[in-house]
Amino acid sequence: MTAVRTPTLAAAKLVFQRDMTLAWRRWDEVAQPLMFYVVVTTMFPLATTPDLSALREIGGGVVWVAALLASLLALEALFRADVEDGTTEQWVLSGQPLGYLLLAKVAAHWVLTGLPLVIMSPIVGTGLGLPTSVWGVLMASLLLGTGTLSILGGIGAALTVGVRRGSVLLSLLVLPLAMPLLIFGSRAVSMQMDGDSPAGPLQLLAAIFFMALSLGPIAMSAAIRISVEN
Amino acid sequence: MVVDGAVFEAREINAWRGDRHILRDVSFSVRPGEFLKVTGPNGVGKTTLLRVICGLLPAETGELLWRGKSVRGRRDEFNFELGHLGHLNSLKGDLTARENLKFLAGLRTTLTAQTIDATLDRVGILSRGDLPARSLSAGQKRRLALARLLLADAALWILDEPVTNLDIAGIRLVEELIVDHVEHGGLAIAAAHQWLLDDAPCLRRLELEP
Repeated sequence: MTAVRTPTLAAAKLVFQRDMTLAWRRWDEVAQPLMFYVVVTTMFPLATTPDLSALREIGGGVVWVAALLASLLALEALFRADVEDGTTEQWVLSGQPLGYLLLAKVAAHWVLTGLPLVIMSPIVGTGLGLPTSVWGVLMASLLLGTGTLSILGGIGAALTVGVRRGSVLLSLLVLPLAMPLLIFGSRAVSMQMDGDSPAGPLQLLAAIFFMALSLGPIAMSAAIRISVEN
Repeated sequence: MVVDGAVFEAREINAWRGDRHILRDVSFSVRPGEFLKVTGPNGVGKTTLLRVICGLLPAETGELLWRGKSVRGRRDEFNFELGHLGHLNSLKGDLTARENLKFLAGLRTTLTAQTIDATLDRVGILSRGDLPARSLSAGQKRRLALARLLLADAALWILDEPVTNLDIAGIRLVEELIVDHVEHGGLAIAAAHQWLLDDAPCLRRLELEP
């Protein structure tokens, strides 16, 4: 038997598939952030006012804050199980570039938690009085925002994986970095609503996303290597 | 597995755990066909040494050479030829035995269903192939981890207490696998008990002292 070395792309695909398979068997855990998102945004009209024109003013911001917190909710456990059972150790030793494997894992995480938030956002937004004309911008901004947040959160989760009760630390690490996303994201929605072109904030969001995408894997693999030293 | 000239050498390894100087100038070399058994009392640094070899722990000083060249800066190449079985079995309880191999061993080498089945058969758990790893016994989990090691098709095996949780038949299996591996020109380094492969001709010892 002569072994054929797995191409890096195929290896990344295996990591992605594995997380999908695992999520399918633990779907209740995966659904948690989405539930949180829907519940929080539904509570706003109850606690403030059912007047749609008043809700419309804050709607974009509420959707964005809820999405941000919902994504953060799922991040803490991102690498924990894999580090504890020794899987990441084997990834480090697989001879594959670790950054790509971790990026594949983060991509799976985004598809499972970030993408549902994006897809749900028009429904949730309608409940807050957002007109159909902003759906496109809302979804585009959340698409870029949740993607960036998954990568930033991945770096934070990789750094805090060895820390007991790392969730507070993780929030402290990631939330300040996520502030620009929140500002540009909700600004894009409100500009669209006011009839201005939202291109500026959206382009900034895209720029941040590509920066995270290119530098994130390097930071994540460095952090994971430190975490498996113990 | 290509092992021509595949000599592994460690030169004057020094490593600390916290403020304890655990490995002091450890030097050794392993050639194809040799099984190096690292022995010594608990806490003497057997696991530390193996983790340093794998690059999971940084050595303070010293050098590791593979095929005559330092592994520094060529870790991915070296790792591809290195098969590691640690304390942890690296299994996912929610995945079946077959899936565990497909998703973890598959990262290194391209696998077919036949190779996976043949390997499960070799370690004696073919009939458990479609059970979730969670439901396997501790010994069967260890056998599954051994299957992963075999599928890696690596030249250099690093084994940390490979017979943990195994029954007599399992221990014999590990001995067979190691002998088979080194007879085909492989190298193996293991932290293990005194009696593992005690009278095998391929055996060399490295005694760590506190």
